[in-house]
Amino acid sequence: MTVDTQTVKRVAALAKLKIDEDKVAATEAEFNKILQWVDQLKEVDTSNVEALVSVNENFLEMRRDEVTEGNQADAVLANAPQKEYGYFAVPKVIE
Amino acid sequence: MTDLTKLTIAEAREGLKKKEFTAVELAEDYIKSMEAKRALNAYVCETPEKALEQAKASQTKINAGQGGDLEGIPLGIKDLFCTRGIATTACAKILQGFVPPYESTVTSKLLAAGANFLGKLNMDEFAMGGSNETSAFGPAVNPWSKDKPLVAGGSSGGSGAAVAAEMCAAATGTDTGGSIRQPAAFCGVTGIKPTYGRCSRYGIIAFASSLDQAGPIAKDVRDCAIMLKTMAGHDAKDATSAKEAVPDFEKVLGGDLRGLRVGLPKEYRADGLEAEVAAYWDKAAAMLKDQGAEVVDIALPHTQYALPTYYIIAPAEASSNLARYDGVRYGNRVDGEHLEDMYVNTRTAGFGAEVKRRIMIGTYVLSAGYYDAYYVKAQKVRRLIRNDFVEAFKQCDAILTPTAPTAAFAIGDENMKNNPINMWLNDMFTVAVSLAGLPALSLPIGLNKNGLPLGMQIIGRAFDEETVFKTAFVLEKQAGFKGVK
Repeated sequence: MTVDTQTVKRVAALAKLKIDEDKVAATEAEFNKILQWVDQLKEVDTSNVEALVSVNENFLEMRRDEVTEGNQADAVLANAPQKEYGYFAVPKVIE
Repeated sequence: MTDLTKLTIAEAREGLKKKEFTAVELAEDYIKSMEAKRALNAYVCETPEKALEQAKASQTKINAGQGGDLEGIPLGIKDLFCTRGIATTACAKILQGFVPPYESTVTSKLLAAGANFLGKLNMDEFAMGGSNETSAFGPAVNPWSKDKPLVAGGSSGGSGAAVAAEMCAAATGTDTGGSIRQPAAFCGVTGIKPTYGRCSRYGIIAFASSLDQAGPIAKDVRDCAIMLKTMAGHDAKDATSAKEAVPDFEKVLGGDLRGLRVGLPKEYRADGLEAEVAAYWDKAAAMLKDQGAEVVDIALPHTQYALPTYYIIAPAEASSNLARYDGVRYGNRVDGEHLEDMYVNTRTAGFGAEVKRRIMIGTYVLSAGYYDAYYVKAQKVRRLIRNDFVEAFKQCDAILTPTAPTAAFAIGDENMKNNPINMWLNDMFTVAVSLAGLPALSLPIGLNKNGLPLGMQIIGRAFDEETVFKTAFVLEKQAGFKGVK
């Protein structure tokens, strides 16, 4: 499979990254080189194989839905670039 | 008095107990070494005052005949582990200035056992890289460098370099596709990636959550066993952490290998494997045979697909994990007129080239229309890779392979720089083990013709680190590798 310029730009937008116009062609070429390389997986017959999500899928367990370490708003906000009135602050949202 | 940085953890532990020196003297010698060897760029943050304070507290305990398994032992901590009150950046520009208000489970356990921390160690940005060159602080330098600076390996390059140069008694590392084993091999030291689930991932900055595992890099096999015993164990804060009891790994060291079957996978005699590396592999197998092991040929038929599988799964998980760096809750923010601009500006300025590359690949393989073709396909091949190991371990108890196809290469190597896939090929012998979630240790086997260390990898069944340690301990003795710093 290969990707075109539009796809590269769309993926960058999904990832919230900006690619400079003069770097788009190089990014596209590199992307295609990598995809070509991973395409060798198509040779492998996986028709009756179940996807492996986690190697230790056997011991995942449920826990009680309860607060364990609450009331730490100051610690949570300690590293915020901008905070106001005990909240994270962000630029205005325009939709 | 002799230089205390020459001692292993086991030796230092004895010396402290016998009052031959104090924990403060031990810490002071390591601090001197850390400061004298700054040119290696192994540490990105030094905390000598904190280490001395902790060492003083340790000495009080030792004087009272108390103390934990690592009482008074000075360690270096990879910058991926959150350490309370000490800057933690994953060597990423986007996390500069981040000071965690909490401690990772692994470092909590080390502190509770009496260790003191000399500082934070260099690594590839968010652990993405095989040479430490993607670090926002520049690459760590391999202490074995001759005429030109060589890479220390990656991503735990600072850990490998600091242990090899005796700038800490041992270090923590993390391994997603080879990030403990490859730098250990490049730097002539020993490192183990335990079974997935052995060590809690709580407080370790996430890269690829189904693969990330913590482990030690240390001066020898025994020290790795001592470190892992403290680092491992179930943790309710990590849903993937295993409940298996943690054995006293040190107890299995010693004795011969009668009855042990060691497998050699024929697929690992790949193109690109240097003749010298292959020769050492044969030699290591002969050494194990000499000590009573039975050497058998095994097959791991899906080996060639491990790298492409890894480079779908790891970037997919990374793109999801790194979505949290949006300039809102922590890290560097780059302002924008609207919220959306702020996200894009922050991430575009804050991430390096390799991290962006992997976020892009990951985003693509998870996007609508490609999810099944790439991501689910890779997960299916991952099962086949794991099944290969399950089958192989019916014929053997441990697997012996080289750790990396070559010795350390030069910093700024053109071949690596021009094609990311060439850099990724360094992990050809380590990623399959990661995908299968198995324990694997790398130890130095000898020097190549250029005087650079080469590593051998010993792989075990899930939760059978004991066989790995036992086998490695015998091989270490036979190889008689002497570190030269």
